[in-house]
Amino acid sequence: MNIKEYLKKHVLYLDGGMGTLLQERGLMPGEQPESWNISHPDVITDIHKAYFDSGSNVVNTNTFGANSLHFNHDELKNVIISAIDNARKARELSSQDHDHPMFIALDIGPTGRLLQPMGDLDFEDAVDIFAETVKIGEEYGVDLIMIETMNDCYETKAALLAAKEWSDLPVFVSNAYSENGKLMTGASPEAMVAMLESMGADAIGVNCSFGPDKLEPIVREYLKYASVPVMLKPNAGMPQSVGGKTVYNVSAEDFANICLELMDDGVQIAGGCCGTTPEYIKAIQRTDNRFVNRGKKNYTVISSYTHAVYFNDDPVLIGERINPTGKKRLKEALKAHDIDYILSEGIKQQNAGVHVLDVNVGLPGIDEPAMLEEAVRELQAVIDIPLQIDTSDPVAMKRALRRYNGKPLINSVNGTDLSMEVIFPLMKKYGGAAIALTLDENGIPDTVEGRLKIAEKIIVTASYYGVDKKDLIFDTLAMSVSADLKAALVTIESLHKIHELYGVHTSLGVSNVSFGLPKRDVINATFFTMALEKGLSAAIMNPFSAEMMKAYHSYRVLKGFDQNCSEYIAFAESLEDETVVAACSKTVPEDTSEYTLRDAIVKGLKDKAGELCRDMLITADPMSVVQDEVIPALDYVGKSYEQGRVYLPGLLMSAEAAKSAFEEVKLKLTDIGSSASKCIFVLATVKGDIHDIGKNIVKLLLENYGYEVHDLGRDVDPEKITGEVLRTRAPLVGLSALMTTTVPSMEETIQMLRRAAPWVKIVVGGAVLTEEYASAIGADRYAKDAMDAVRYADEIYSTIKE
Amino acid sequence: MISVATFSPPEWNDREILRYARADKNDESILRLIEECKAESAPILSYKVSYSVLDIIRDDGRLSLSIIDTDSKVINKALSGCDKALLFAATVGESLDRLLRKYSITEPSRAVILHAIGAERVEALCDTFCKKFSLENSLYIRTRVSPGYGDIPLSMQRDIFALLDCPRKIGLTLNEALLMSPSKSVTAVAGIMSDPCENDDDKCSVCEKTNCIFRD
Repeated sequence: MNIKEYLKKHVLYLDGGMGTLLQERGLMPGEQPESWNISHPDVITDIHKAYFDSGSNVVNTNTFGANSLHFNHDELKNVIISAIDNARKARELSSQDHDHPMFIALDIGPTGRLLQPMGDLDFEDAVDIFAETVKIGEEYGVDLIMIETMNDCYETKAALLAAKEWSDLPVFVSNAYSENGKLMTGASPEAMVAMLESMGADAIGVNCSFGPDKLEPIVREYLKYASVPVMLKPNAGMPQSVGGKTVYNVSAEDFANICLELMDDGVQIAGGCCGTTPEYIKAIQRTDNRFVNRGKKNYTVISSYTHAVYFNDDPVLIGERINPTGKKRLKEALKAHDIDYILSEGIKQQNAGVHVLDVNVGLPGIDEPAMLEEAVRELQAVIDIPLQIDTSDPVAMKRALRRYNGKPLINSVNGTDLSMEVIFPLMKKYGGAAIALTLDENGIPDTVEGRLKIAEKIIVTASYYGVDKKDLIFDTLAMSVSADLKAALVTIESLHKIHELYGVHTSLGVSNVSFGLPKRDVINATFFTMALEKGLSAAIMNPFSAEMMKAYHSYRVLKGFDQNCSEYIAFAESLEDETVVAACSKTVPEDTSEYTLRDAIVKGLKDKAGELCRDMLITADPMSVVQDEVIPALDYVGKSYEQGRVYLPGLLMSAEAAKSAFEEVKLKLTDIGSSASKCIFVLATVKGDIHDIGKNIVKLLLENYGYEVHDLGRDVDPEKITGEVLRTRAPLVGLSALMTTTVPSMEETIQMLRRAAPWVKIVVGGAVLTEEYASAIGADRYAKDAMDAVRYADEIYSTIKE
Repeated sequence: MISVATFSPPEWNDREILRYARADKNDESILRLIEECKAESAPILSYKVSYSVLDIIRDDGRLSLSIIDTDSKVINKALSGCDKALLFAATVGESLDRLLRKYSITEPSRAVILHAIGAERVEALCDTFCKKFSLENSLYIRTRVSPGYGDIPLSMQRDIFALLDCPRKIGLTLNEALLMSPSKSVTAVAGIMSDPCENDDDKCSVCEKTNCIFRD
């Protein structure tokens, strides 16, 4: 029988621990348990057989760590085939009746490596590693794939994607949680349910870490949010050393008591993990099949790598600021590949209170698919709210969805056949919810009925692709009210009707409504409130608009969403002077009213420096502000640092203050189409090294002194650094390395640069380097700190200028 | 047997934070920054240790601990007079790395302080763990040493990770260049003795690297 069919009406029993039983039989510490498939097939077969005999419907092959990181291709194939053979043999030898369903699961555990950007394993490499295991298992023949003990959301996605791409087998996915009820890398059970279900996992659940008592609250979250069957595979408690032997502290009876109660409440698939034995599996079985039909859940949800965001009556704010349309400074940043600017725009919006971040990096002349993928990847490292992937380029959409760590929001699908043919298959494969625009080949209908009709067409077509309407968030398209006085009413009435008729959620890009009118925020905020009252769930908006945030916070208070009105009160306090809600500053206020820009920089007052500079620029020439105020202040602090009177954190605070003044200067210069930069400086931490604090400090100071820094990040290939120098004809390169083990890769980079770009001057730095070491590997200069690097750059720049 | 222990936050040591940040203890704005960074990082830190007690086997100048086999003089010295060693891996978790990454973009001064906090936290965790282990077992733990220190090769990390099952037990991973993620983590080995040993409290005095910028 097919396991998916069986699951429709039955409880399913899994097996118990493997590793602990192998240790009892002599597996040495540090030895690969998978190698026993070949060296001790009888032992493995015996264990599998004991589980089948005690009532398991599924045994996991002994392939937890069978992947290409631990075995070469031929070994891997042998290990997996032997493992499947052992399980098959156990099934044949089992004393069970023929009508007892017995399935074999290809077991897949984590790689033990952390994925980029926090670790060094590329997401696609992780997919490839899992794919190799899946392909061998699929080819040789198993009944299902069991992905288990995953403690990172991203790696879980890589494994599930590999399983779905390379086999048609049912896939069960189980995660291992920490004491705080989250995965090691922060995901909540709700976030995992959202992502895994959306990607098409056939059963999901939890295993390992603890005994059933501590897993209970976590598995109850699964029962609450999941529509698919839920799986539970706890440890036999915690290990203890008794007389030199490892003993687990929860007995089979106590284990079973909790498991059985959870099965009554809906857990459909149960087994054991570390420390459990066939005795435990026997104990959780009952003669009657108490199958519980839990029914389908109807949540409209998206997720980041840490948490889920639900669409319902409590409004969801989607930050619109990462979108180059009408934003000169962002366009500049995209052209200059200034990822840090994009990241800081994201961080500021999260600080301002948005729940989701729209990401649109489409601009003529840039490689949008590459840029979007990179922006998504890097944003995920610094902010933990879900992203709304915003592009009309199908290739960019696909690449970004693949890389996304969670269940994304897609912006957007619409009623045209072309759009639906592209988006729905992507949603089916990568998971996600989508903003659905009520327009089609004929444009945007003027009437409510016209927009309803398109909504219905989108829902019907989606279901044809297997996409549920709960994953469609309808946008009935706000139009300029100054062009058509009825426009706002039609939009609101359409969303109200769609919400009522189809039971789906809605979103609006509110700002369009005020196009052509003065003080647009005033209109936007009222329109937003009107729409909320008619059932709007989300808005794509500017979180730096005080009017919008006022509308949002007061609506939540009046609707009873804001417990104790505490969020409103906190918001109101930040509003004191009735100015725009800026990204919150944490510096303690002091009396700074008499400060000049120069003082503010020397004192390291970031916000004050920006403010003073903005005021000065109303009358003063941007370049003279830089020459007469910013640079002298920086020189003063730099000298103090070199003389040991100011320490590193103090130097950095001043540098940050200077940077915020510079941002104002840049804005002004962008407006008048000019630039303040001296020359390009290419900067990177070399291949193999993931330390970047030193490099980032150098970058900040170089920018302060007017260099256009092309920061390639950390762990950067020599080819990439050389390529960037050739592309930009940069006169200067800075390389950083912290570890002795990565200095050879610095040397390799220098050699490559010498051959390909003989003009370039190379300055190196980092903890392990010295003057002698630097010259031995062929660098032009060793910089002992960031100021030293700036001095060298100035030296070279002045010779170029001459 | 591999055991896992989770700890509540150890006491802060501001002096250590200032030392790691190489900051001026008289600078009010830095002290304020440190307090803000402590407040922001405290809720996201976790304190986990994976450990194992191993027999020391000596053979002709070499020393082995299960699959670890070494001729490191530093390890030999650190474990001299002991029959058993405590091998452990400690981490304060991945969330701090994300915070560091965020601030290295928006406010590097905060990132520098958070780096110092991370170093202080993970060392405090190691101290707390060793102290607790010695109290519970009525044993003494000698000064710990780690791969990359003195003549102990970084490659020993692979064996340590295999012996302590670090990724699965405490979410600690090793990359191809043998660096750890989360970055604020320590792996170490220390001798176990039944009687106290002199000098072991003063970490810097036993170290041969006299030009270290962090030397106390």
